[in-house]
Amino acid sequence: MTAIINISLKNGVLDSQGKAVHHALDSLHFENVEDVRVGRQVIMKLTQEDEAKALEEVTQMCEDLLANTVIEDYTIELVK
Amino acid sequence: MKVGIVQFPGTNCEYDTQYAFEKLGAETSILWHQETTIADDVDLVVIAGGFSYGDYLRSGAIASKSPIMKAVKAHAESGKKVLGICNGFQVLTETHMLPGALKRNEHLHFISKHHNLKVASSSNDFLSKFDNSDVVNIPIAHHDGNFFIDQDGLKALYDNDQVLLHYCDKDGKVSNPNGSVDSIAGICNKAKNVFGLMPHPERAMEDVLGSSDGIKMLEGLM
Repeated sequence: MTAIINISLKNGVLDSQGKAVHHALDSLHFENVEDVRVGRQVIMKLTQEDEAKALEEVTQMCEDLLANTVIEDYTIELVK
Repeated sequence: MKVGIVQFPGTNCEYDTQYAFEKLGAETSILWHQETTIADDVDLVVIAGGFSYGDYLRSGAIASKSPIMKAVKAHAESGKKVLGICNGFQVLTETHMLPGALKRNEHLHFISKHHNLKVASSSNDFLSKFDNSDVVNIPIAHHDGNFFIDQDGLKALYDNDQVLLHYCDKDGKVSNPNGSVDSIAGICNKAKNVFGLMPHPERAMEDVLGSSDGIKMLEGLM
């Protein structure tokens, strides 16, 4: 099983990189962009085949290390 | 006075820190990140600046999970002092020994220059040699120094007198180099024995290098 974890700054926490990318897109005349957020993606292969257990374990990884929940949110997608 | 200075792979200010504390008369030792205990006679643990683990994942994140940090936590819980400078401050927020987090600088640049700081509270050991509103000149050198804390957390910091330093200009007026909430440059924990700041007092120990204001800071911990 593969876990795809997306980590990004929480709503309400200013994303300076997202703002800079948005600004650069503006300067390239991509005018239909409303907002840009830049995040981080972690992809991991798991030996755990039980989906519920895998989700529990990856959630713990996010809480303990992969995300800083003071400023970041995360989503987990499991792909068989 | 014995000072233990933590060294991770990628730490690069440990020897400057050692020089600074030895100049003040302390006996120092380097504590390797894989050590699991800190000697009982160490009075102060300093987490020095640098780029522990290459700043991979987030600045300070991987260092915060290393064996020595459990010992640093135990050292702090016994009431002894801990100081985190720059990357050390990031490590202390990642271990939740200090509240908040350090984000990428608002304008995304690495900033390396001397900066003025205003003392917000001198009712703690670290800044005990100063008066409130004193202005000091200390170098900053960081990419992720943008201090973030939510409104409730900020209120708690002020209510408990935990805000140590604000970035300012030479006249003491607010001047924010990196987007930190309320221009905060350093904080301490509620018990006032764990201190963290982004500026480098250990690099401000000699007039010939531009400032010796760091002496008065580090002396407070002696």
